[in-house]
Amino acid sequence: MTQAEIKLCSLLLQEHFGEIVEKIGVHLIRTGSQPLRVIAHDTGTSLDQVKKALCVLVQHNLVSYQVHKRGVVEYEAQCSRVLRMLRYPRYIYTTKTLYSDTGELIVEELLLNGKLTMSAVVKKVADRLTETMEDGKTMDYAEVSNTFVRLADTHFVQRCPSVPTTENSDPGPPPPAPTLVINEKDMYLVPKLSLIGKGKRRRSSDEDAAGEPRAKRPKHTTDNKEPIPDDGIYWQANLDRFHQHFRDQAIVSAVANRMDQTSSEIVRTMLRMSEITTSSSAPFTQPLSSNEIFRSLPVGYNISKQVLDQYLTLLADDPLEFVGKSGDSGGGMYVINLHKALASLATATLESVVQERFGSRCARIFRLVLQKKHLEQKQVEDFAMIPAKEAKDMLYKMLSENFISLQEIPKTPDHAPSRTFYLYTVNILSAARMLLHRCYKSIANLIERRQFETKENKRLLEKSQRVEAIIASMQATGAEEAQLQEIEEMITAPERQQLETLKRNVNKLDASEIQVDETIFLLESYIECTMKRL
Amino acid sequence: MELMTHPCFLTGSLNTQAPSTMASRGGGRGRGRGQLTFNMEAVGIGKGDALPPPTLQPSPLFPPLEFRPVPLPSGEEGEYVLALKQELRGAMRQLPYFIRPAVPKRDVERYSDKYQMSGPIDSAIDWNPDWRRLPRELKIRVRKLQKERITILLPKRPPKTSEDKEETIQKLETLEKKEEEVTSEEDEEKEEEEEKEEEEEEEYDEEEHEEETDYIMSYFDNGEDFGGDSDDNMDEAIY
Repeated sequence: MTQAEIKLCSLLLQEHFGEIVEKIGVHLIRTGSQPLRVIAHDTGTSLDQVKKALCVLVQHNLVSYQVHKRGVVEYEAQCSRVLRMLRYPRYIYTTKTLYSDTGELIVEELLLNGKLTMSAVVKKVADRLTETMEDGKTMDYAEVSNTFVRLADTHFVQRCPSVPTTENSDPGPPPPAPTLVINEKDMYLVPKLSLIGKGKRRRSSDEDAAGEPRAKRPKHTTDNKEPIPDDGIYWQANLDRFHQHFRDQAIVSAVANRMDQTSSEIVRTMLRMSEITTSSSAPFTQPLSSNEIFRSLPVGYNISKQVLDQYLTLLADDPLEFVGKSGDSGGGMYVINLHKALASLATATLESVVQERFGSRCARIFRLVLQKKHLEQKQVEDFAMIPAKEAKDMLYKMLSENFISLQEIPKTPDHAPSRTFYLYTVNILSAARMLLHRCYKSIANLIERRQFETKENKRLLEKSQRVEAIIASMQATGAEEAQLQEIEEMITAPERQQLETLKRNVNKLDASEIQVDETIFLLESYIECTMKRL
Repeated sequence: MELMTHPCFLTGSLNTQAPSTMASRGGGRGRGRGQLTFNMEAVGIGKGDALPPPTLQPSPLFPPLEFRPVPLPSGEEGEYVLALKQELRGAMRQLPYFIRPAVPKRDVERYSDKYQMSGPIDSAIDWNPDWRRLPRELKIRVRKLQKERITILLPKRPPKTSEDKEETIQKLETLEKKEEEVTSEEDEEKEEEEEKEEEEEEEYDEEEHEEETDYIMSYFDNGEDFGGDSDDNMDEAIY
């Protein structure tokens, strides 16, 4: 784990779970797998606090444990999983576009709580949806269950590994920690539940079902009397499937930008057909025949078979090689080259970064070196048609930032410098890694700056919150307009200005974080698929 | 080091025609120190070219940007995701998974501490994880007194007399133990009691809790405590 990653993980954990969890989490990321007592000793926190923190981390799938010999349980943190916390809003928004509000809330609850049973999820979501509905209407559990089943069928949520059911004749003491197993087939199997009920509002007690006299302190309305039917079956959000979806989205939009809407629709259809059949790390999708594609096109599209064939040929001949032709049977067998597509996207990201950072002439040189693979100093000047001095300057700037590297080719075995070729080249993998590292640093800086801005104006923020609370309570009790005006004037105009500026800055910083995370996703996907290939 | 003591090496123009002058300057310590190990022309720096000035300090913390950054994407989607992000951040702070460090004990015990039920202290967890899935060592032991309570509470109608005894023991213990621990015991006891779903017991809890302090916490007195003590002894007639 690089320092930048560790710093980012530390900031994320601290923002979402507090300082104790952050301390334990960062320690585990830094030092690898460790048992409980060693963690407590090394971090200097009390054993109870470490236990609490570990419970939270395991619940959220950020830390896993393993039983070693002699009954020692060791805990290990997954740094990459912690970094996924940046992407939670994107996951939730994607589900909203696919499955509307119900799906959105289901995934949100799963992400916020780490793992939940299906009945718990359905209940929570129904309650939340009921809150937002008009008075008198409630959300039925059945509808939420249906959405849940659909999410499971398309693999967006999956079952967590569960405790194996052992026979009672197991002699000896129980193991210090259960070894969780999951059967591949069962991962998306939804238990047969008959969840009947409606969401409940949290407000007045009149709407509660009669018969339960309200206690002074209202307790949970959990049905503790009945055994929960799906006890022990926990569900979590399947992040890999979301990543696959993002990747598909990126490819489709790239094709749309490069060619036109119709070709992007064709590519989208092909990707949709291979969603479940192709694993997420395959280099290309299963071959699809042109006839199949024609049949699966969305209903609104009235293009003839010939036009479709023309489009497919055009896509296959494109130098970007998103689509490849793998055979002629069935009217032509076509595949989507996923790895090549990711490589193109990563390269495009690099080019765009060079352009925005150094200018379009630098970008020209960069693209030239990318295309020609290895170039000498003189050749660069000639091909790019840029005067020597400027070309030199630009090359060195890019070299110092590690976008371009030098390749030595010796003429003699003694590698004498005067008799060696020095060629400029772009190593995409290492440039992508370097850029990824910079992205992590950027996000860490953005988060720190946002926290700094918020801390600076803490007093003002608290004051405005208090005023809002006062106004809200006064409105509830029916106050006059004049009184509300008075209270609002407690915040002076310059203070209001300051608050506005603060809000704008924080929004900008947040939006930048989201943007950088998109770049991170592309680069990480590219690096991952390249490493698998090597 | 060498580069700094020979400023003429990088500043001004490079003159490879006179290596002897440079070499003799150091008293002949290293021959041809001014010469480079590789051919400068290969990398593109010709003879007599002006080179950039040497850098004598680390690069600035915020280097000036040559080009303005591209504006952020705006629009419905961007704003929705932004609002979602901020909401999530706020929501996660309210969840029980957000562990706040324990409030440091102040120098003097204040009277208001009794009335401030400041969250669970270190050794309690707000939420109920599924203990079957976690290593056993992570389970925080509840206090011994709790264990006794648990065994007594298992039958549906626990004899209230033993709870009376518990009361007196508790009263004694408030003199010994710190009040916060007792508050947490009450909290944990309430959690256990809630699982039983006996409302009478719940209201009884409040009364026990109330009896810990000098004053009744809420002014509501519904009179149930009046007959509560003798509810279990069905032999006696209720007057």
